[in-house]
Amino acid sequence: MGSGSSVNANYKYSLQKSENAFKAAVLIQRWYRRYVARLEMRRRCTWRIFQSIEYACEQDQIKLHNFFSYLMDNFTPSSSKERDFISRMFISGESFKEAELEKYCDYESLEVPDSYTGPRLSFPLLPDHATALLEAFKQKQQLHARYVLNLLHETRKHLKQLPNISHVSTCYSEEVTVCGDLHGQLDDLFLIFYKNGLPSPSKSYVFNGDFVDRGKQSLEILIILFTFLLIYPKEVHLNRGNHEDHMVNLRYGFTKEVMQKYKLHGKKILKMIQNVFCWLPLATMIDQKVLVIHGGVSDTTDLDMLEKIQRNKFISVLRGKKRKESNRNVEVKEINGESQAEPDSAGNETMSSLPSQPRPAQAPSMTNRVEFSRWVRQTVQEQIEWCRKLVDISDSEEEELTCSSLVSLTDLDGPCWTRQEEWKQILDILWSDPMPQEGCRENTVRGGGCYFGPDVTGNILEKYNLQFLIRSHECKQEGYEFCHNRKVLTIFSASNYYEIGSNRGAYVKLGPDLVPHFVQYQANKTAHTLTMTQRISRVEESAFRALREKLFAHTSALISAFKLYDKDNTGKITLSNWATAVESVLRLGLPWRMLRPQLVRSTADGMLEYKSWLDDLAMEQRSQEHIQSSLLEVIYRNRSNLETIFRIIDRDHSGLISFEEFHQTWKLFSSHMNIELTDDGINDLVRSIDFNKDGNIDFNEFLEAFRLVKQSQ
Amino acid sequence: MMGRAGICKDGVIAEIEKKITEAFEVFDRDGNENVDVREIGSIVRSLGCFPTEAELHELLAKVEEEEPTGYVHLEKFLPVMTKILLDRSYRPIPEDVLLHAFEALDEKKSGYITKEELVKHMTEEGEPFTEEEMEEMLSSALDPETNAVHYRDYISMMIVDETDDLPQ
Repeated sequence: MGSGSSVNANYKYSLQKSENAFKAAVLIQRWYRRYVARLEMRRRCTWRIFQSIEYACEQDQIKLHNFFSYLMDNFTPSSSKERDFISRMFISGESFKEAELEKYCDYESLEVPDSYTGPRLSFPLLPDHATALLEAFKQKQQLHARYVLNLLHETRKHLKQLPNISHVSTCYSEEVTVCGDLHGQLDDLFLIFYKNGLPSPSKSYVFNGDFVDRGKQSLEILIILFTFLLIYPKEVHLNRGNHEDHMVNLRYGFTKEVMQKYKLHGKKILKMIQNVFCWLPLATMIDQKVLVIHGGVSDTTDLDMLEKIQRNKFISVLRGKKRKESNRNVEVKEINGESQAEPDSAGNETMSSLPSQPRPAQAPSMTNRVEFSRWVRQTVQEQIEWCRKLVDISDSEEEELTCSSLVSLTDLDGPCWTRQEEWKQILDILWSDPMPQEGCRENTVRGGGCYFGPDVTGNILEKYNLQFLIRSHECKQEGYEFCHNRKVLTIFSASNYYEIGSNRGAYVKLGPDLVPHFVQYQANKTAHTLTMTQRISRVEESAFRALREKLFAHTSALISAFKLYDKDNTGKITLSNWATAVESVLRLGLPWRMLRPQLVRSTADGMLEYKSWLDDLAMEQRSQEHIQSSLLEVIYRNRSNLETIFRIIDRDHSGLISFEEFHQTWKLFSSHMNIELTDDGINDLVRSIDFNKDGNIDFNEFLEAFRLVKQSQ
Repeated sequence: MMGRAGICKDGVIAEIEKKITEAFEVFDRDGNENVDVREIGSIVRSLGCFPTEAELHELLAKVEEEEPTGYVHLEKFLPVMTKILLDRSYRPIPEDVLLHAFEALDEKKSGYITKEELVKHMTEEGEPFTEEEMEEMLSSALDPETNAVHYRDYISMMIVDETDDLPQ
């Protein structure tokens, strides 16, 4: 029994205590929510960084095209040697006549030694072969070249029978599973099969393109997919993606992967694959209600046309269609001037004189990128076609074409379409992206296809009586994403695409009700055990590393930009000006003020000493001795382009190019990039790179000279 | 006036506005200067503010459209947020205050709070705290061996990530 006042005191005390506890809880919550918000901001910034760098790379593809077209327009070859050299850049994708192809990519003469412990395939394939392959690849074994080639031959034979648009019905095999981009990430395919089951008569699959490039096991994925395609032809459907294209493969790693894994027969394998890719169907229709295409649609997409065109003529969608030249013995006087063609002795219908080089109206200035891009895309096709006409190009197996690329092709029982129109149909299907705004405009970021709005989607769905579209082509954080009011579904199956922990992969299942069910996954055990903070930090680190590399590659331009804000030459600028200057040079559209704490560590009174900041960046890149000249920076910045060009020149994929070839390449490249370099300058550069002095440049030597080769290769 | 200390007031405001616009754009999915109203909290907090949920609702009332569309336009958000940053509203929580808060919940003064205690305080007291938030907090705060939150360690782990990058 206590006195009244002590009861009151107790009561007051406990009241205060719970009040304190309440206040404390609120405080902690406030602080915690702020922490989470910061994490979210970091996560989004990281994503932005990766995307902007990825799309900037794809913009490089445009630059490559600009380069080629600039070449055609302004470079006058001074000798037949140089002419050959240029023409070779375009011929690398020639298609063979059927018999020639069989002969060149013959596999029967390839002996499989007894010591070979990998899977042995025999045709027709059986489910056991598939399981053997899966097991072998899990054990990191390699399939013998003979079986690879054999498989590719059989795949091609099968694909030739398929229509451009495959049809799948859910009534036969209750559910259809649609997978998006895999990009050589075999672990993701294994995960999908593990979670969803292997393809079988009761399990249909649609793989929506981009099986190859970027990841290191593109070939294994192809082998597995083609194997299942042949075993279960009714249940397995493959769509072509924009990466099923040798021009793209040259740049994004698939070509390299094949040559490294198959040093002796890689070239043959690549040749066969080229002739398999062009036979992949362009789209899949589920229950006549859901259209599955890799990229998207445009306001001119015409499914009737798509069904009828000869899809295999488009070996590379990037370079436009490959035409057969009927003039085998064309006398060429000059590439740049008008030429006279003489009809060949077979008396084929030819025009008595070739059209003069198609010249468009005055090219817009290069400073207006968007316009220039558009101009380039319009003219590059004409230029390339014209050039190809003039240099001797071997036969393809297609029927004869004698007219210029813009004359219409008369179909026996259908409308007239131009080659140009056919090409655009395929380009749009494979390269387009959806956008939130209405309308349809050119996709200048990727360099091909369109950005299509919800109205375009609506029109297509209405015209063909469809319910929704499924497409891939874009990485999504959760592995899938709806847009256009749930009428367009993006499905992306390569998890951890940018970096471990960056995103999930997903696949979608459709039953007869056509209601999508999603399964998400992430193919790396470590990713699961990390906390959200750790995961974000890891991905963030990787993004910033890439960003710092980009900054370093623009050192000279950055110094110039900073100096504009430092007229008094104090060596310092404000952080605000830093942000503006960096964006003006890099043009990545990134939130630099948000990113600054990760990029600029030390400041004095809110001012940055920019020279020492750039020096710090350089030290990180470990190639400090090379940062002096702007020439080397240009090379460093353009190394992907250079690598691609080298690969095109190195036709036998030997990894070697001669001094002469290098000299030519460099001359062309530098005239396009407006770099002054005398012949002596080039020679010095060349000699300094030939480390083993054997008169050939191993282009790995070249890349290594600038620390460009990733050690992991 | 140029020079190290010579940033005039206009310069400060301009810089703040740029910062706010950048943060806004990170959450602007469609590139049309609109963000989902549910993201406003993240934007405000990532700019260095520590509002309570109640304070956030007040803010939203000021920036939402008259007929709520579910979106907030940059036009309305910018002036409101600029004032908040200039006035230094929703001040940050210093480390020692945070420590005292945890200590207030730790009756026995043992240096840690059990999982159950934390869950109870977060979900039954303070402002509404979702299950998801609770789970996420526990995943980084909980020491799996003791099943408790050693708050000193937790605070130092989290504080390291904080960098105050507002213009002074």
